Amino acid sequence: MEKQELIEQLKLQIIEQLNLEDIEPSDIGNDEPLFGDGLGLDSIDALELIVLLEKEYGIKVEDPKEGKKIFVSVTTLADFIIANKK
Amino acid sequence: MRNVYFESDNIISSLGFTTNQNIERLKAGDGGITMLNDESIYHESFPISLINKEIFGELSADNNLNKQYTYAEKLCILSVLEALKKSSVDVKSENTIFVFSTTKGNIDLLDKSKSSTFPNERLELWAMSEAVSTYFENKNTPITISNACISGVVAINIASELIQSGQYDNAVVIGVDIVSKFVISGFHSFKSVAYEPCKPFDSERVGLTLGEACGTLILTCDESKISDAKIKYCGGSSANDANHISGPSRTAEGSVIAINKTLQQANCNPSEIDHISAHGTATPYNDEMESIAITRCEMTNAPVNSLKGFWGHTLGAAGVIETIALSHSMRQNIMFPTLGYNTHGVTQNISVIKQTTSKEITKALKMASGFGGCNAALLIEKTK
Amino acid sequence: MNLSITKYCSIKNGKVFVDGVEYFSSNEDKLNPFIKEFYRSEKPGYSKFFKMDDISKLGFMATEMLLKDFNKEVSPDKFSIVLSNSKSTLVTDQNFQDTVDKEDEIPSPAIFVYTLPNIMIGEISIRHNLKGENAFFINKNFDSNFISNYVHSLFCNQKTDCCIAGWVDYSNDKYEAFVYLVEKECCNKVANHNNEEINKLYKK
Repeated sequence: MEKQELIEQLKLQIIEQLNLEDIEPSDIGNDEPLFGDGLGLDSIDALELIVLLEKEYGIKVEDPKEGKKIFVSVTTLADFIIANKK
Repeated sequence: MRNVYFESDNIISSLGFTTNQNIERLKAGDGGITMLNDESIYHESFPISLINKEIFGELSADNNLNKQYTYAEKLCILSVLEALKKSSVDVKSENTIFVFSTTKGNIDLLDKSKSSTFPNERLELWAMSEAVSTYFENKNTPITISNACISGVVAINIASELIQSGQYDNAVVIGVDIVSKFVISGFHSFKSVAYEPCKPFDSERVGLTLGEACGTLILTCDESKISDAKIKYCGGSSANDANHISGPSRTAEGSVIAINKTLQQANCNPSEIDHISAHGTATPYNDEMESIAITRCEMTNAPVNSLKGFWGHTLGAAGVIETIALSHSMRQNIMFPTLGYNTHGVTQNISVIKQTTSKEITKALKMASGFGGCNAALLIEKTK
Repeated sequence: MNLSITKYCSIKNGKVFVDGVEYFSSNEDKLNPFIKEFYRSEKPGYSKFFKMDDISKLGFMATEMLLKDFNKEVSPDKFSIVLSNSKSTLVTDQNFQDTVDKEDEIPSPAIFVYTLPNIMIGEISIRHNLKGENAFFINKNFDSNFISNYVHSLFCNQKTDCCIAGWVDYSNDKYEAFVYLVEKECCNKVANHNNEEINKLYKK
C-alpha cells in the first residue's frame, strides 16, 4: 500500500475506533498533532490507538510511553506502521 | 448528632480469613501477592492477590453455603458470620441496615465459558446485596454503593451518617470485589497492571496489582457494646476532580476538597492527624497526586502508608478493609509498612512508612480515589 | 431544612419532558440513535459526547436540560451529584465482555472505563465543573425515600448548596432517566423536595 493510501485509511480507522462522529477525514491534517491542541485526543484514545495497531496491523505496543512518539500525527503513525508491519 | 463507633470487623483476603490473620501479616510485612500463570485468563504471567480457594471451600461447606449463592455472596456471608462472632449487634433488627460497597459484584456470571445456573438478574448489584442481607434475615432494603474505587470509603461515610442522624442504630458495611477475567482484561487494556508486585510511592512504580477481598465493618451508636479502645467516626466526604474520567487531577483538586471537608466536619486541624492510610495504587499518577493532596492539606508530618503491596488493589473492598486495618493500627499503636516501597518516588516530601513502626495514634485519615475523577476521605479517632 | 426542586427532566420512550412539559420527541425507539438525534437537535457543542457509552449519553443529556440555563453562583465544591439505577452499566459490561471473549477482538480500554456507573457522574462533573459530593446507588427500583433522605443529609451537614439527583437506568430493551435539581428553599421552585412530591413527579 502506498503511504498516502495508508494515511487516508488511518484517518477513517481513527474516526471509527475513537468515535469521532462529528469529524470528517478531511478535518484531520496529515501532520496535525493528534493530541493536545490538534485533534484533542486524550490518554484513553492513546490506549485505543494501541488496540487499533494490534487489531488492524498486527503490531503490539506494550509500553504506552512508546505511543507518545508514534502518535504525534497521522504521518508519524503511518511511518511507524510501514517500518513495523510484518 | 449521635456518635458512631467501630464495633466489630472481619477481613477475608490473600492474607487470611480473619482480621487477626490479616493484621499479623501486615505487622510482619508478609504480603499476599503471587504470580498468576494461566493462559486462559491472560497470555502472560502477572502478579495478583487471591483468596485461598481450598480454605474458602472448607469454610463454605462448614457453613452449608450451597450453590444458591455466588462466589462473591459466599465471601460476604462468611465475612459477616466471622464479624458477628465478636459482635453483640442484632443483625435481624429493623434498626440495623446493611450497606454494600462493590464495583462489579457478581461480574463472573457474565463469563459464558463458566457454566452458571443463576438467573441474569443476579448480575444486578442490588440482587447480590439482597441475597446476603436475606441470609441474615434482615428485612430492611440493603443499600448498595457502586462508585469505583472510593466505594468502600463512601459506604462507611453513608452508613455512619445514617446512624448519626438516627435513621438506624447499627450498620453492617460490607466491601467486596472478586478477581475476574473481566476486570483483569480491563486493567491490562489500560496498561496499568505491573509485571512485578506493585510498589506504592516508589521511584520504580509502574502500575497496580489486582486483588480480591471482602471486608465487614459493624458500626453502632451504642457505646456500651464496645469493649476495647473506642474507635469513633468523626467525618467524611467525597469530591470530584471535574477533570478527566480515568486520570487523576495533576493538582489533586478533588482529593484536597474531600480531605478539607472531612477535617472541617470533624472539627480537626491538619496538624492533629497522626497517621494517613493512602489509596496508594502504585500507578505513577495516583501516588503523585496523593502526595500533592497531603502536601496541599498541610499534613506532611503525618506518616503515610499504602497497603496495596499486601492485598493488591481490591477495588470495592479496598476502602473497607484498609479502614479496618487503620482502626487496628490505632488500637495497637502500630503503623504498618508500605510493602514495595523502597526509594522515594513522588515529588512531595511526604513521610512514607517503610517498616512496622510504633506510634501513639489518636486521629487518622483514610484517603481514596478512583475512575470517574472521584475522591473520598474519612477521619476516625480513638477515644477513652 | 426546607429544600426545593427547581427543575426536573425525564427521558423515556423516545420523549424528553422538562418540568413535565414535552420538550422533544423522536420515532427512534433504540437509545443510541434516539439520544444522538436529541443531541443534534439540542447542539450542546460537546464532541466528547460521542465517546461516551449510551447510558452516560442518556445521563449527560438529561442533566444538560437541568443546567443549560442555570446561572446562579454556586461554589463548585458545593455542587453535588447523587444518582441511582438498577442495572449499573450492564449493557456496557456485556459489550466489554464481548471484546474479551471474541477471538478476533482485543479488550477495549475505551469501553472498559465506562463499566462503572459513576463514570456518568464524572462526565457530568467535567461538563459543568461540579466538584461536590459523589454517590451512585444501585436499587431495584427508584427509591425516592432513600435518595431524598440522603440528599437532605448532604444539605444539613453543610456539604452541599446544590445537588443533581435521580435515576438513570438502561437495559437492552428499556431506558429511563429522571433527574432533578435540588436547591435550598427558593421562590422559583417547581416542587418541594420530599419523598411524596418527588414520587409524584417521577410517576407523571
